[in-house]
Amino acid sequence: MSEIIDLRLFATLQKFNPASPDTFAITPGVTVRDMLEQLGVPIEKAKLIFVNGLKKDLDVALKGGERVGIFPPVGGG
Amino acid sequence: MKNKRIESLEKAATPKKFPDGAAYRSISMASTNQLALEFGVSAREIDISALDRDIVPERYARNMKSFTTRDQKTLLESCVTVVGNGGLGGTVAETLARIGVGSLILIDGDSFEESNLNRQLFSTEALIDQPKAVAAADRITSVNATIQVTHHCCNLEDGNASKLIAGSDVTADCLDNLPTRFTLQKASQTAGIPMVSAAVGGHSGHLTTIFPEDRGLELIFGPPEEAVNLKGAEQSLGNLPFTVTTVAALECAEIVKIILQKDSPLRNRLLIIDLNDYTFETLRLV
Repeated sequence: MSEIIDLRLFATLQKFNPASPDTFAITPGVTVRDMLEQLGVPIEKAKLIFVNGLKKDLDVALKGGERVGIFPPVGGG
Repeated sequence: MKNKRIESLEKAATPKKFPDGAAYRSISMASTNQLALEFGVSAREIDISALDRDIVPERYARNMKSFTTRDQKTLLESCVTVVGNGGLGGTVAETLARIGVGSLILIDGDSFEESNLNRQLFSTEALIDQPKAVAAADRITSVNATIQVTHHCCNLEDGNASKLIAGSDVTADCLDNLPTRFTLQKASQTAGIPMVSAAVGGHSGHLTTIFPEDRGLELIFGPPEEAVNLKGAEQSLGNLPFTVTTVAALECAEIVKIILQKDSPLRNRLLIIDLNDYTFETLRLV
């Protein structure tokens, strides 16, 4: 059984966004790390992980229904 | 002497109306300059005395429906150090000068290059190869000559940072590299100065505020010893002028809030923007 999350990959990671990122299907219990690996996202670029607006790490498990944002920090001025 | 100055100010004040019809008393730039000359003080001091009497220096008239005369006085008595005078720093310095932050310390060791022309407010064709901090100081003086401007054509380093930022109420991180961002954070925290840190790349940018006791940049970039080798995503995204200007404007809004309210909506939070789809999100870092 799968659940839906609202996934957003920003900046350089945008090209890894799935077809319908706002209704992305996951297996409940999957970690952010596993999900990103399945999408082909280079893990070392996924520095900022936000789940429902809170900073989390790669090993946080998803249940379904979350808003997940992955952001590579930028440093330009 | 002080009474004489007040008398002259009262005489120089002229009745005016805001666009909504509300009355106020105004003092023109010419009158401010004349009184500064007459009493041997800076124009900024005359404007501060005027605000004390509820007389609005006309250059700040359109600030007044959002700020009180007391707020404007607080801004005029404040000092912000802008580190990096390129894309973010150019717009930040100009905006702070226009809104009336009374003292600006401008720090940048670089000179303008052609590739800066797409986004750096103070870069012009004539100023290629000229130092950014000098261009910034010249521009600020032409926009608002009452601002006390100090500029330093050098890079911020561990050895000079605490001396260069001394006396600031806020530091503005407008830098383009991580090691110097950490240097500025360390110096600001040691001196007890809040720092507003902005960064851009392509259509994206982020902004946060770091108080002396906060974990700060490591919450975004990881521990300093690892982060100094981190290449920001901007290296493969370039830098776009509308992103730079947007994030610089947000940085100024935050700086003014810190000065006036002694508080910050972005402390331990990260405002992320992505102009590809107009995402604006504020996320909790702790």
